[in-house]
Amino acid sequence: MELSFSESQDELRRAARRFLEVASSEERVRAAMETEQGYDTGVWEQLSEELAWTALTIPEEYGGLGMTYRDLHPLMEEMGRALLCSPFFSTICLGANALLLGGSDDQKQRYLPGIAAGETTATLAHTERSNPISADDVETTYSPNETGYILRGEKRFVLDGHTADLLIVLARSEGSKGSEGVTLFLVPGDADGVKRTWLPTMDQTRRLASVELGDVAVPADALLGEEGGGSDLCGQTLDLARIALAAEQVGAAEMCLEMSVEYAKVRQQFGRPIGSFQAIKHKCADMLMMIESARSAAFYASALAAQGDPNLEEASSSAKAFCSDTFFHCAAETIQIHGGIGFTWEHPAHMYFKRAKATEVLLGDPFFHRERVAERMGL
Amino acid sequence: MELQLTKKEEAFRQEARAWLQEQLNGPFEDLQGRGASGDQDTYIEERIAWSKAMGAAGWNCIGWPKDLGGRGCTVKEEAVFYEEYVRANGPGNVGHIGETLLGPTLIHFGSPEQQKRFLPPIVSGDEIWCQGYSEPGAGSDLANVQTKATLVDGEWVIEGQKIWTSGAQYSDWCFVLCRTDSEAPKHRGISYILVPMKQGGIEVRPIKQMSGSSEFAEVFFDGAKADEDHVVGGVNNGWKVAMGTLAFERGASTLGQQYLFQKEFEQVVAVAKRTGAAKDPVFRQRIANAGIGLKIMRVNALRMLEHEGADLNREALIGKLYWSNWHRDLGKLAMDLLGQEAELLDGAPYELTAMQKWYLFSRADTIYAGSNQIQRNIIGERGLGLPKEPR
Repeated sequence: MELSFSESQDELRRAARRFLEVASSEERVRAAMETEQGYDTGVWEQLSEELAWTALTIPEEYGGLGMTYRDLHPLMEEMGRALLCSPFFSTICLGANALLLGGSDDQKQRYLPGIAAGETTATLAHTERSNPISADDVETTYSPNETGYILRGEKRFVLDGHTADLLIVLARSEGSKGSEGVTLFLVPGDADGVKRTWLPTMDQTRRLASVELGDVAVPADALLGEEGGGSDLCGQTLDLARIALAAEQVGAAEMCLEMSVEYAKVRQQFGRPIGSFQAIKHKCADMLMMIESARSAAFYASALAAQGDPNLEEASSSAKAFCSDTFFHCAAETIQIHGGIGFTWEHPAHMYFKRAKATEVLLGDPFFHRERVAERMGL
Repeated sequence: MELQLTKKEEAFRQEARAWLQEQLNGPFEDLQGRGASGDQDTYIEERIAWSKAMGAAGWNCIGWPKDLGGRGCTVKEEAVFYEEYVRANGPGNVGHIGETLLGPTLIHFGSPEQQKRFLPPIVSGDEIWCQGYSEPGAGSDLANVQTKATLVDGEWVIEGQKIWTSGAQYSDWCFVLCRTDSEAPKHRGISYILVPMKQGGIEVRPIKQMSGSSEFAEVFFDGAKADEDHVVGGVNNGWKVAMGTLAFERGASTLGQQYLFQKEFEQVVAVAKRTGAAKDPVFRQRIANAGIGLKIMRVNALRMLEHEGADLNREALIGKLYWSNWHRDLGKLAMDLLGQEAELLDGAPYELTAMQKWYLFSRADTIYAGSNQIQRNIIGERGLGLPKEPR
């Protein structure tokens, strides 16, 4: 398995960085943070229509470019680095992946070309409680009617749930228990009975919403995958999403290090740059060690995913645990290295620090993932 | 997760494996697994014989150019060889210092005469080397060496003391950093001199370590002699030569090392299952963390080996700091898992268990060959371009 970036992946990274330096400059991130929508529609159109990022991992028969997770990886790093405010992660890494893994040909034809073109945004509505891990916890129900199904319940912590065109909702058959009877449904965001509410969050660079489903009727062909197979399908989708999120964390952590190093070179105290003091230098060295190691964990998982390996649990959880810890550590050290200025609203350090915490708890925190690795190791 | 090999590289792996298996299940069977860290002072004569057998079969110095006695192997092939070596349970290599430190230094900085005199016996395993760098007052501050060499009647006469010298007890030669100009600024008055160990002016006193074994020694020079021509890279140019030596580390031994770490990790998991600690949620976190760390170490190494180009990439810079911390933490985890059982020796007077050995020895991992503090300086200054400490 090749574990280094290829020339074309490096080129993709350079192009992404050039684009995001403008499209996701600090000023534009701050502007997007102020909006309820949470992202700049113009930037979304550019990255989907002009740069075809949304088409990257969609197969060619559904209007995409048919590239792999290896190619997505550098893009995710760059999006993290620039704190891009965008429904890209929810649409591609959750929505499109669920469709690719579980969708019938009809369902894929119906939604994927729109996603590839940037016309359709999507998300996965799987969580209800704050510990959103087990399908056993699903309380939202579905029951059959003459033409399809009726969904009832409330999903919470839904990424971009207030704006997504397509909600992929996890629900259980009435009276079922555990992972049995748990099924995914494709629900248009504007379907009758859907009430969506933005949940303002500490990290303002990504949006969460609640989605109330009050007797929402969907047709029979809204069922995604096998009936009762939602737990596995959702789990596989999440493992793919975690890998992309881990890559995003690596890019963001690296930006933290770069900010810290630049500041440590110019900030003078005791008559010399603070970066010449070991107390600061060693913090930066540790950050570099963690970042390169996090990149190894995430890129290895991306490479496995690109091969279509069905056993991604351990690699995905390893990457998510390590990259979460790395990003949090680097973001926290960035504030410390910057001193007082790092604690201000004006400086971007807090935006990374908040994103670090938000991504750490998103899709399972490091404790959850290490426990999962322990299970896979046969402990 | 394996290194990607071409057909030629795979054939090389098979050739190495076949020879190592034959020898280590045949004439050198007793040496399997001996002489590793914490055990380097055992089976010396047998391991010298092993080194000669390796040389005769062409397995020493395989990364050196062919015209200097090597095989001209790539870093990747070297890594494959080391991996096979560890897989075959090969013993700690007494020729290691000559092969990985002195040899490359001579190839880069030595005169043709020096190369002709010293390289062949390293390849054949006939001469064993040790490294005379550290002194009581020159550890991390290596340029502070005080051991003095004076030219008297066409010979260097050496006075002073070295310390932490691995293998000094059985080495034939030592490359010694000596002060040859006490007036010059400290980095500019140092020479790199090749000194025979078996002579009257040298006394070696083994140092008993916390593990009870004696792998390092103090070396006292009291009028020791060296040939006038045995200065490498020119008189007073030794600092540059010594720093150059550091850059020759190509990371080839890393896969073999990880194979050892994998075996140790498996032992830790087995202990956790036996003691029931594997059911404890806190220990499960720590064991999983160690397992994740080991996988990452492997990917870091593969990325480093895949990296093409002469510059030392970031994965190479972080290597030592990463593995030494990981290994130290694993040693602690092993002891923690054992609980009070961790205390019990294999026997009197001080026979350590294998786990106790690596628990104790891993405390040296973060100190030798550039302490963690020095590693962080190097990462900060070379990897990130941070300004140096004013000196």
